Amino acid sequence: MFAAFLQYLFSGLTSGAIYALAGLGFAIIYNASHVINFAQGEFIMIGGMATATMVAAGVPLYLAIPLAMVASMLVGVAMEKFAVEPARNADVVTIIIITIGASIFMRGAAQIIWDKEFHSLPAFSGETPIAVMGATLMPQSLWVIGVAAVVIVGLWYFFNRTMFGKAMLGTSHNRLAAQLVGVAVKKVLLASFALSALLGAVGGIVVTPITFTNYEAGIMLGLKGFSAAVLGGLGNGTGAIVGGLIVGIAEAMASGYLSSAYKDAIAFIIILFVLFFMPSGLFGKRGTDRV
Amino acid sequence: MRNLMKWGATAVVVAGCSTFAGQAMAADPIKIGSILSVTGPASFLGEPEKKTLEMYVERINKEGGVLGRKVELVVYDDGGAGEKASTFTKRLIESDKVDLLIGGSTTATTMAALPLAERNEVPFISLAGAVVIVEPVKKWVFKTPHTDKMAAEKVFSDMKKRGITKIGMISEDAGFGKSGRDQSLLVVKSYGIEVVADEIYSPKDPDVTAQLTKIKNAPGVQAVFNFGFGQGPAIVTKNFKQLGIAVPLYQSHGVASKDYIKLAGDATEGVRLPAAGLVVPDQLPATDPQKPVVTAFKKDYEAAFKSDVSTFAGHAYDGLQIALAAINRARSTDKAKVRDEIEKTSGYVGTGGLVSMSPTDHMGLSPSAFHMVEIRKGDWVLSN
Repeated sequence: MFAAFLQYLFSGLTSGAIYALAGLGFAIIYNASHVINFAQGEFIMIGGMATATMVAAGVPLYLAIPLAMVASMLVGVAMEKFAVEPARNADVVTIIIITIGASIFMRGAAQIIWDKEFHSLPAFSGETPIAVMGATLMPQSLWVIGVAAVVIVGLWYFFNRTMFGKAMLGTSHNRLAAQLVGVAVKKVLLASFALSALLGAVGGIVVTPITFTNYEAGIMLGLKGFSAAVLGGLGNGTGAIVGGLIVGIAEAMASGYLSSAYKDAIAFIIILFVLFFMPSGLFGKRGTDRV
Repeated sequence: MRNLMKWGATAVVVAGCSTFAGQAMAADPIKIGSILSVTGPASFLGEPEKKTLEMYVERINKEGGVLGRKVELVVYDDGGAGEKASTFTKRLIESDKVDLLIGGSTTATTMAALPLAERNEVPFISLAGAVVIVEPVKKWVFKTPHTDKMAAEKVFSDMKKRGITKIGMISEDAGFGKSGRDQSLLVVKSYGIEVVADEIYSPKDPDVTAQLTKIKNAPGVQAVFNFGFGQGPAIVTKNFKQLGIAVPLYQSHGVASKDYIKLAGDATEGVRLPAAGLVVPDQLPATDPQKPVVTAFKKDYEAAFKSDVSTFAGHAYDGLQIALAAINRARSTDKAKVRDEIEKTSGYVGTGGLVSMSPTDHMGLSPSAFHMVEIRKGDWVLSN
C-alpha cells in the first residue's frame, strides 16, 4: 500500500519537476517585462532537439549540451531583437500575441530544419531504476529535480545579489524610474530573453531522455509550465517550482487513487480553486492598482 | 466477301474512333485528389503517404499512365484539422474536378471529408483506421488500413492461445487510443478475457508509472495491453520496465514502426503486437502471396527516401493501386462505374493484406492480414 503511494509520489515528482523547470522560464521574462512569453515551450524544444540531433550525429554529450544552450540563447536574442523590440511601444497584450506568433514560427522552422520524428537522448546516468521501499525512480528524474533546484538557487542569487539581476527586477517594477537611475532598459529585456531561452534549453535537455522531443514538444511543456507558473504566482521562481510539483503530484495521485480519466481535470480544479482565493497565485505579490 | 468488307470497314472505323478517343483523352489526365495531414500532429501519417503517392504516380506516368492517360495528383495538406480537410475536399471536387479522392490520413479528417464525397458522388478511398468510416457502409467510401477492431481481435486471440484470461488495459485518451479502447472493450468478452484494470493517459504525459502501478496492483493481471501511438506507447514501455512488471506487454499496430523501438530502447524486449506483413517482409514464408508485394514496396520506398518504410506509406500505396485498377477495369473515369469497380476489388494483394471488397464490406481485409510480431533485440520477429 505504502509502496504504491510512494510510486505515485515519484511519478508526480518526475512530471512535476518537468513542469516546474518549464514554468521557471515564464517567471524571468515576466519579471523583466510583464510579458508572458508563449514561445517558452519552443525554447525547451530547441534545447532538446538540438542536443538530440547533435548526439545522434556523433557529437559527445558534454559538447552538445553547451552548444544547444548557446543555439537556444541565440534564438531567444533574435526573437527579442526582431519580434519583440520593434513593438516595444505596444501594449503588453500585443507583445504576448507576438510571442504566440513567434512560437508558431519556431515550430514551423523546427519542422523544416529538423524533421517531424521523435528524438531521444540517452539517460545521463543509465537506465537502472533506483528502488526505494518497493517503489522505483529513474535516475534521470533525479537529474530533473536536481537541475531545477540548482536553477532556482542560481536565479535567487542572480536577482538578489547581482547588480544586473537587481536592475532587471527594478525595470519590472518601474521602467521609467529604472531608466532614470541609469539602467539600460533595452539591454535588460534582451538579457531576459537570452536567460529564459537558456533556461528553457537546460530544461529541454534534461527532460528529453524521459519524455522524448519533437518539433511540437514545446506546446505541452509550455502549457503545463504556464499552469505551474500561474499557480505559484507569475514572476516568482520558487512559486513556479512549487506550482509545478503540485500539478504533477496532483495528477499522479488522482490517477492512482481516483481515476486516470479525471487526472487532468483534478489538476485544473486545484489551479482554479487556488486562483479563486489567491488570484495572484501561491507566492505572487498581491497586485494593487491605484485608481 | 461483302460481309467481310463491311466488317473490315467497321473495324477500321471503330479502331479509328478508339484511337481518336484515346488521343483526346491523353490530353485529359486522370485527376486524383488527395487530402493528407502532411504537417501537424498526424504528419507521421501524412508525410509518408504523400511521398508514396507522388513516387508511384510519377512511375506510372513514366510507364505510360492508365488507359493511355496521364495521372495527375493534386495534394492538399490539411495539417490534421477537420475543417481544413473539409474545405480542401470541397476545392478538390468543385474547382479541381477530381475523378477520385484518396486520403484523409486520420479518422477525424476522413469523417470531415466524407459527407462531401457522398453528396457529390465521388469515389473516396480513406487511409484512416477507425471502423466508423466503413461501418455502416457508405456508398462512395472505402478504406485500405486495418481497423483498430481487427488489431484488438488479433491481440486477444493471441492472449487466448497463451491462456491469458485477466488483463490490464492502458490507452491513450485521444483519437486512435480512445477508439481502440472502445473497440477492444466491445470484443474482449468473446475471447473469455476479463479487463480487470482500465487506465488512460493523455497523449503527452511525461510519466505513466502511476497508472501502471495501479494495473500492477490489480489482482490477477496476466498481461497488459496498450493502445496508442506516438511517444505515449514508448513512455508506457519504459515505465513498464522501470516498475519491473513481470507479465507480457502487448502493444497495438500503432507502434509498428522502428521509431518506437528507437525511442523505448531495451525496454521493448519481448513486447508483442499485431503488425502487417510489411513490417517483416523477409520473415514471411515464401508461400505467402504478400511476400513479393511487400518486399518490392519496402525496397522501392527505402531506396527513394532513405528512411524506413512504415505501414502508413503502405496504406497510400494500396489506395492508389486499388483506385487505378478500378479505373482500368471501368475503362473510364466515370465516377459511378469506378465506384462499382472499386467495390468489386477481389483478391488484390496489397501491403496491408489480401483485399476482397463487397457491397457490405468496403475495406475487404481479412483478420489474417495481421501477423503477431514480437520484439527481440530491437528487431521484429514473426511469432504467429
